[in-house]
Amino acid sequence: MKRHAVLWSMIVLAVVMLVPFFLVALNAVKTPEEYSTGGPLDLPGGISLDGIVAFWERVDFGEKLLNSVVISGSVAVLAVVVSVFNAYALGIGRVKGRLWILVVFLIANTLPQEALVYPLYFLANQVGLYDTKLAVIIIFTVIQAAFGTYLLTSTLGGFPRELLEAARIDGANKWQTLVRIVVPISKPTLGVLFVFFFIWTWNEFFLPLVLLISNENQTVPVALGVLQGQRMMDATMTSASALLGVIPAIVFFLIFQRALTRGITAGAVK
Amino acid sequence: MSVVPFSIRDRGSYLWFLIPGALLLLAVILVPFGMNIGISFTEWSGAGEPEWIGLDNYTRLMGDGTFWASFRHNVGLVVAMAVLPTLAGLVIAAALFDFVGKHFGSRHASILRACIYLPQVLPIAVAGIVWSWILAPQDGALNEVLRAVGLDSLAQNWLGDPDLALWSVMGVMLWIQVGYPVVIFMAGMQRVDPSLHEAAELDGASWWGRFYHVTVPQIRPEIFVVLLTCTIAALKVFAPIYVLTRGGPGGSTNVPSYYSFQNFFEKTQVGYGAAIATVLTVLILVLTTVFLRVQNRGDHR
Repeated sequence: MKRHAVLWSMIVLAVVMLVPFFLVALNAVKTPEEYSTGGPLDLPGGISLDGIVAFWERVDFGEKLLNSVVISGSVAVLAVVVSVFNAYALGIGRVKGRLWILVVFLIANTLPQEALVYPLYFLANQVGLYDTKLAVIIIFTVIQAAFGTYLLTSTLGGFPRELLEAARIDGANKWQTLVRIVVPISKPTLGVLFVFFFIWTWNEFFLPLVLLISNENQTVPVALGVLQGQRMMDATMTSASALLGVIPAIVFFLIFQRALTRGITAGAVK
Repeated sequence: MSVVPFSIRDRGSYLWFLIPGALLLLAVILVPFGMNIGISFTEWSGAGEPEWIGLDNYTRLMGDGTFWASFRHNVGLVVAMAVLPTLAGLVIAAALFDFVGKHFGSRHASILRACIYLPQVLPIAVAGIVWSWILAPQDGALNEVLRAVGLDSLAQNWLGDPDLALWSVMGVMLWIQVGYPVVIFMAGMQRVDPSLHEAAELDGASWWGRFYHVTVPQIRPEIFVVLLTCTIAALKVFAPIYVLTRGGPGGSTNVPSYYSFQNFFEKTQVGYGAAIATVLTVLILVLTTVFLRVQNRGDHR
């Protein structure tokens, strides 16, 4: 009895959590007429893609998706590379003062972006990178790598010393040891970091909002957020815009789930 | 045979690997942060020369009602984003782990967990868009539901009423946040030795007794991490405020991060904005230090 009561209350909770997604999907496929007569709760008569198409064209959503992919993908790759370099020096090389260096990286990750935004805006202007994807890529590479360094350093701190020793006896230098031994063996962890960095960068809003002012550089969340602020869309187009923002996140969620389990199991089997 | 231990052998040459990361960190974090502190001692519109005014911005902050109100609103968000999700997360995670997972299979538990976690994967700005449409006063879904079930009097201007707006934002944030502790706590519960529960059960402890005396103390590290990260996230919150209310109506949902943004880019009082950002940073760093100290003390006991 009690078990079933708990199960049912959890199912109810899960449904409540999903209601907003359901409402968005329901209304994104309505015509504006259906919406104005039946309101947001009526079932649509059929599936109309007009709202989605209208919104897609209005903001050139394909371009925004591409911008987000380019920025998040570059950041994820670069931040993993920088994290690996840092963690190699700190976790395996155990350079002097590594604890303090780690504290600095940790602080860099904890700082609110508000305390960096104006100088970054100013400096980007000075070096001609304002309103470019490159500026955002560089900034988030550093922010994500600060966390990656912290996490990877503890992982690499427990790296099997015999392997490093064997590589050295075989005549490998540090660079070769890193590329041929450390990176291949750490691949599962690096994969998880890559996915995290990608999704986190995708979801960022504040710095891209300030730095990517022109339409053709904006990411998905910034384009949606700016348009929302103007409140110039009808209800079906708003829900269409929300649906288009939600879909990539759900796709990543599925990939993310798999990458995460793979990372965890690979770590456990080792 | 004397083999020099690997770790001590020419540690210095590993320093080369730190150079790219260190230079980037310097250019993107440390120098800008230093500049922000410098700017906070000036009066500056963003163009022309900043004028050095010492601590004036900070004294002005002390008497600025908007600034203090923004911190009060932030306390509400800490409750909605850290305190309530942690409490709810503990109960939900335990229910999923102990009841659903054990009696109906872990597959059911992980599907339910995924549903609860889903809002977490949304870009926070997109979550804001979804909710600003649901909470719209005229044809918003929430008011339509209330009218449909005959509760017309409960329909409200959720985001447009100064007395309600902060509560509405808190509700949205709770929806966004609750999945995160559930996932972390469920992972932590897998770590707990089942024999502890069996022993407690033999001693006649109820489910609540075991939850309180075994589960919660065992996953204390996870609880700390969740409270710390969620509190920091609440202090930094910007996107949902920008998308849902722009700090309004009448400043009733303004938070320090949005207030500093306003000063930077709308009022062009860059020095004042920098002072707000600096205070926020100090607060976050102090909080982090205190949290970590308390946790360490707990571990050594």
